[in-house]
Amino acid sequence: MNITLRVWRQKGPDDKGRMVTYKVEDVSPDMSFLEMLDVLNEKLTLEGEEPVAFDHDCREGICGACGVVIDGEAHGPETTTTCQLHMRSFSDGDTITVEPWRAKAFPVIKDLVVDRGSFDRIVQAGGYISAPTGTAPDAHAMPVPKADADRAFDAATCIGCGACVAACPNASGMLFTAAKVTHLGMLPQGQPEREARVVQMVNQHDEEDFGGCTNIGECAAVCPKGIPLDTISQLNRDLLGALTSSRAE
Amino acid sequence: MRDLYTEGDEIRDEKAPAGPIAERWDKRRFSAKLVNPANRRKLSVIIVGTGLAGASAAATLGEAGYQVKSFCYQDSPRRAHSIAAQGGINAAKNYRNDGDSIYRLFYDTVKGGDFRSRESNVYRLSQVSVEIIDQCVAQGVPFAREYGGLLDNRSFGGVQVSRTFYARGQTGQQLLIGAYQALERQVQAGTVEMNTRHEMLELIVVDGRARGIIARDMVTGEIETHFADAVVLSTGGYGNVFYLSTNAMGCNVTATWRAHRKGAYFANPCYTQIHPTCIPVSGDYQSKLTLMSESLRNDGRIWVPSRAGDSRDPREIPEDERDYYLERIYPSFGNLVPRDIASRAAKNVCDEGRGVGPGGLGVYLDFADAIKRMGRPAVEAKYGNLFDMYQRITGENPYEVPMRIYPAVHYTMGGLWVDYDLQSSIPGLFVTGEANFSDHGANRLGASALMQGLADGYFVLPNTINDYLAGGPFEKLDENTPEAKEAAEAVRARIDRLLSVNGDRTVDSFHKELGHIMWDYCGMERNEEGLRKAVERIRELREEFWQNVRVLGTNEELNQSLEKAGRVADFFELAELMCVDALHRRESCGGHFRSESQTEDGEALRHDDEFAYVAAWEFGGTGEPPVLHKEPLEYEYVEMKQRSYK
Repeated sequence: MNITLRVWRQKGPDDKGRMVTYKVEDVSPDMSFLEMLDVLNEKLTLEGEEPVAFDHDCREGICGACGVVIDGEAHGPETTTTCQLHMRSFSDGDTITVEPWRAKAFPVIKDLVVDRGSFDRIVQAGGYISAPTGTAPDAHAMPVPKADADRAFDAATCIGCGACVAACPNASGMLFTAAKVTHLGMLPQGQPEREARVVQMVNQHDEEDFGGCTNIGECAAVCPKGIPLDTISQLNRDLLGALTSSRAE
Repeated sequence: MRDLYTEGDEIRDEKAPAGPIAERWDKRRFSAKLVNPANRRKLSVIIVGTGLAGASAAATLGEAGYQVKSFCYQDSPRRAHSIAAQGGINAAKNYRNDGDSIYRLFYDTVKGGDFRSRESNVYRLSQVSVEIIDQCVAQGVPFAREYGGLLDNRSFGGVQVSRTFYARGQTGQQLLIGAYQALERQVQAGTVEMNTRHEMLELIVVDGRARGIIARDMVTGEIETHFADAVVLSTGGYGNVFYLSTNAMGCNVTATWRAHRKGAYFANPCYTQIHPTCIPVSGDYQSKLTLMSESLRNDGRIWVPSRAGDSRDPREIPEDERDYYLERIYPSFGNLVPRDIASRAAKNVCDEGRGVGPGGLGVYLDFADAIKRMGRPAVEAKYGNLFDMYQRITGENPYEVPMRIYPAVHYTMGGLWVDYDLQSSIPGLFVTGEANFSDHGANRLGASALMQGLADGYFVLPNTINDYLAGGPFEKLDENTPEAKEAAEAVRARIDRLLSVNGDRTVDSFHKELGHIMWDYCGMERNEEGLRKAVERIRELREEFWQNVRVLGTNEELNQSLEKAGRVADFFELAELMCVDALHRRESCGGHFRSESQTEDGEALRHDDEFAYVAAWEFGGTGEPPVLHKEPLEYEYVEMKQRSYK
């Protein structure tokens, strides 16, 4: 296959950035999208042009490092991570547009690489259960109903890639936040901090300049891990409960 | 062979107490000096790497009140490669009442390691395994549960008990998120300073003690000097020396290799594990390999055409023209032989020209019989997610066409030498997780990597590092300390050199070629002639690398080619040591198979009289041969036996 790429090039955080067109020839349909970018980068290097920077690591869809907007869709046409997207999803002669996640809370560092440190700070604000090492009771001391455990698990599969933010017209990080609130809130171990957690995490989310959630649902539609949209309903319920609770500050 | 290395004094682990094995860990915890809580605030620890072994240690030492500085090359500590582990984590809980015990887990691990690990360390690992599960559940790790609400277990890796805890196919991600959240809690509490997108490029050793690191800020290119009273390396394995492996793209040996060059011994570098059920290479552009759970071998049948060069559609090859070679060679274990044996057999049939798929590097894993026997819905229920993954990557439907699989490098048992306290041969330098060598011997059992990472980070290191830190705080240092200045200058000089070559070849082209050499000569089967050839070719290629590599851009920006170039340069040096280690070990054991040392049936043959030791290599100086230090291994509790799977 022969592909034309329109790629966002931006030298650094202060550069204005622009789209640049490249041809990539002899693309195999079995290549992953990132391997196709590797081929482009090898070619650019030999031609003396700096390769395109993009984040990636495990290349098996679990670390959450990769993620670009392909033809306007976060992670491209299949509901998967960019590293698990293959060129057989495209056709010979296609022109493909590749851009970084665009959100105020995810500033561009270079080319397709963005800073997602805001996600870590949301977790720091309360996305945990306080259980210092060595203090744990026996694992079977507290059974967890299977339905609750399964729902906690579904929410816990979030890989923190940021596609939800990139897809949201408001650039909201609510699905990410809600996934963590739901994961920990479904478990008995997570109850003591449940109210404080949701309040602190949502506060941090807003401080990071993520947009507000208006229930559009683009986030869940592109999520490579299928985090359900109703986690946001759970977050809202928890938040309302926490704000009206006698324990709230 | 003595042209390639010299031999130094024997070494011993001085820290493991004597006496009954079950009491040693208690004894050591009691004899280790403590640091009172008020003094911990004055002591600092650098931890490099935020996988299971690093994040758990950073969180725990932060909770204890030490000042911790944590580093990772990823944009978030949550992305370290522990995240990709699928299967599960072992623990001797005996929740199934099926005869499991700490002793049995210990026994299985020593035997599985083919009698090349330390009994004291492995026993402690088994003891601590029980606490890990408690800790993770308390943190909210969503392990699989049964309808009664209790934790589910499964049997894994051919053992006879069900001791593996799991979280669907993503146990690694769930355990790592647990450790990551504990780490972020300490960041918020101010006990841990987190440095993401930072890569350690040099170790600072002052007066014989590890006192800090030089790290590069991967966004700005700034070369930073960080000091501490102790340094912990939790930087994972070196499987990417083979270029293609199941490791993440960024996994590298630089942190441990730089420490090695500063005096830390590197133990058993030739022990690598090659996993039999990976999706094969589809073309030269391939950047990494993906593992599929080996549970597929429970119902799939492995075969290749009987005739070399038979390129017919597999469905058109009649039964009598197929070779179900595992069932033929190992009639009693069949398709379920251990990982190393299945891998080597696949390589052998491909070497005979009977491999399938692109480049002839693959064998069929066929579910046609299973579908006939169990029906498609049953196969779907059991393996559906794996079949989907296979189809997503290859574009082929495994319900209709047999899958193709091929072995791939996925874990390295070797690593920096450590004593029972996990301290390396440099005082003040500790090493945890896959980065050290201590617990798996020559072969790691399934579901034991996660166990070791968390054992080291949550429970072992936090109870041993205090013995060292009790001697601190050490002398205050600043950037003008000659050793720190020298280390920073060395890093800058190396970067300048990489950027100034401006040759004709990309970093990846060198890495690929190195990977081919290692795979061909230091992979599943090794012999003297091949290894000698490999050493020569590695040296030539390394020479060419420094003359002809092309790295564009500058240091003062995000520069992924520059990052890779530094890592590949270190892989070149490690690769040579791996070959020398493999050459000197003229026996087969675990993941190390020397074709000169096999039984009449072609199985691995150990030589316990000559090689029952840890090979700890000391850096001999640039261009000088390494120095071998042997640490004899003694087995008081488990009798040494030869394995058989016929």
